[in-house]
Amino acid sequence: MLLRATGLCKRYRTLLVFDRVDLEVGRGQCLVITGANGSGKSTLLKILAGLLLPTSGQVEMEIDGRSLTAAQRRRLTGWVSPELTLYDELSARENLSFFARVRGVTLDVRTLDSTLSRLGLTQRADDPLSTYSSGMKQRVKYGFAIMHRPPFLFLDEPGTTMDESGARLLADIIDEQKRHGLVVLATNDREETAYGDRRLRLDGTGTGRPA
Amino acid sequence: MEQALAVLHKDIVAEFRTRHAVNSLIMFGVTTLVAVSFAMGPFGLSSHVLAALLWIILFFSAMAGLSRSFVKEEETGTIMALKSSADPTMVLLGKMMFNLILLAALEIVIVPLFFVMMDTWPSAPTRFFAVLLLGSLGLSAVSTAVAAIVSKAGSKGALFSVLAFPVLLPLLLSSISGTASALEGASPVWPELRLIVGYSGILITASFMLFEYIWEQ
Amino acid sequence: MVWKYLLGIFMVVVILGSFFYAQPALGLGEVSRIIYYHVPAAWVAVLAYLVAMVSALRYLRTRDISHDTAAAISAELGTLFAVVATVTGAVFAKVTWGAYWNWDPRQTSITVLLLIYGAYFALRSAVDDDQRRAGLSSVYAILAFFTVPFLVFVVPRVYASLHPDPILNVDKKINMDARMLQVFLASLAGFTGLYSWMYSLKLRIYRMLRERTGV
Repeated sequence: MLLRATGLCKRYRTLLVFDRVDLEVGRGQCLVITGANGSGKSTLLKILAGLLLPTSGQVEMEIDGRSLTAAQRRRLTGWVSPELTLYDELSARENLSFFARVRGVTLDVRTLDSTLSRLGLTQRADDPLSTYSSGMKQRVKYGFAIMHRPPFLFLDEPGTTMDESGARLLADIIDEQKRHGLVVLATNDREETAYGDRRLRLDGTGTGRPA
Repeated sequence: MEQALAVLHKDIVAEFRTRHAVNSLIMFGVTTLVAVSFAMGPFGLSSHVLAALLWIILFFSAMAGLSRSFVKEEETGTIMALKSSADPTMVLLGKMMFNLILLAALEIVIVPLFFVMMDTWPSAPTRFFAVLLLGSLGLSAVSTAVAAIVSKAGSKGALFSVLAFPVLLPLLLSSISGTASALEGASPVWPELRLIVGYSGILITASFMLFEYIWEQ
Repeated sequence: MVWKYLLGIFMVVVILGSFFYAQPALGLGEVSRIIYYHVPAAWVAVLAYLVAMVSALRYLRTRDISHDTAAAISAELGTLFAVVATVTGAVFAKVTWGAYWNWDPRQTSITVLLLIYGAYFALRSAVDDDQRRAGLSSVYAILAFFTVPFLVFVVPRVYASLHPDPILNVDKKINMDARMLQVFLASLAGFTGLYSWMYSLKLRIYRMLRERTGV
């Protein structure tokens, strides 16, 4: 299992976000990406997760030496980000079962219940998301990203708006993910950077450097 | 297919809770119909004029409501969640079905009202409803594909109707002429039905082939 | 550079020829001279729209932004020539049929074409990001292109037209004498040359603008 990016470059019109970013992450590893606000952490994560096209350069995902097609990537990728929004009109339960259905994953009631209780959402599982606090919404996003047990997990500032039990939940998720896949984590939080085995620093001058 | 149904089901549930699209769509349709009927009166209109009025009402109501389902995903940001989990083709198919249902809901209200207020009834009802059904299918499907483009373009102002109108024009012209002859009942509507089905078929196929390029933006 | 002047001289000769060398067509009289402007303009409009279409397809294949630039330029020029064809057509219609506009199938077709490309430019101006603008407008141009067979083949069969037969009509006869044909063909070539000159000029302007903004 491998995630490899070569020569990634992204620009918006005249603005160069980054240039020549190379990275490689293997099974069981956690790569932490740090960098100042505006250095392009979120953009890089979206490109890695296949949600945004780079201006140039390539991203490859491999499992057992075979590179994945776009459809396989979608099924095998989880993504959490401040830019991720779930459906406000639907409850946590409806959101998760909807995303399971569009992913083509069968999710029985018991698995759904146990996921919800792990996220600490059992009591409010049937209320619409519009009534949730931002921390609770963040928990639903965790559920969105991990319920199909993807080998590739991308976490963008996952700890924002999290209380203590939420931070433990995050640590638990990253631990479990390392056992069956890999994690790319974009954060500047001191505690969260400690999860990483390797680090990449986007220094705002357009290149990524291992730190 | 199961995934497209999931998208359809989600949209219907969300729509039932807010009733945003369906309300604006139907109210827009009713308002236009009342305005038309008030201005023209029920008497002395040829079937060609009646047919044209009906399709103009349907077209502009569609323009008022059918971009909602894509634009809302883009505005609220849920499009990213869909993008990271769903097959684009299935999303497009699900949204097309949803918009067809919306348009059908509109027609259930508008068409009987149209008969009453314009004091008319088709001489060949079967042909009339065949044209209405197939024309609506094409109208909703093509509008959905254009709505996807508009949602990526920042959905500014009247862009939706500006983009949709020329692409829909062949369909509208055929539907109007088919509806007119069904109202009169004198001539068969086969030529128009063939045109409607052929043109919609080509455009729907092209939309599915091109949708990937819209989705990735 | 020398081509520019040759083209200028050639066009002057064509214009003179269209008024003094060619005979007026039988039955139509002096007004028939509009054919040396109307038909070449329509031909160039079709050619330019085709180039725009092919460039849009090539953009989607390669994602090379220069194909999108080519598509936009061609669409602009196509629209310019389509307007020329529409106006000359309307003048001809007024003189021969008594009204500038009567929704003749050909007028319908050209109106739809102008609407499509008007919408295309509206879409382009609504999007800021270069790649996104290129992608969306290419998709729209291709989608809208499917109306063309309908307009060209279906509409004229359903609704009767007063438009004179196309030059190469069903009987494969050319209704022109030798002098008319010479001027006509020369005008076609001249208009095509004019289009390619304008095209390369606009392309150079785009490139200079791009270099200046540093992209």
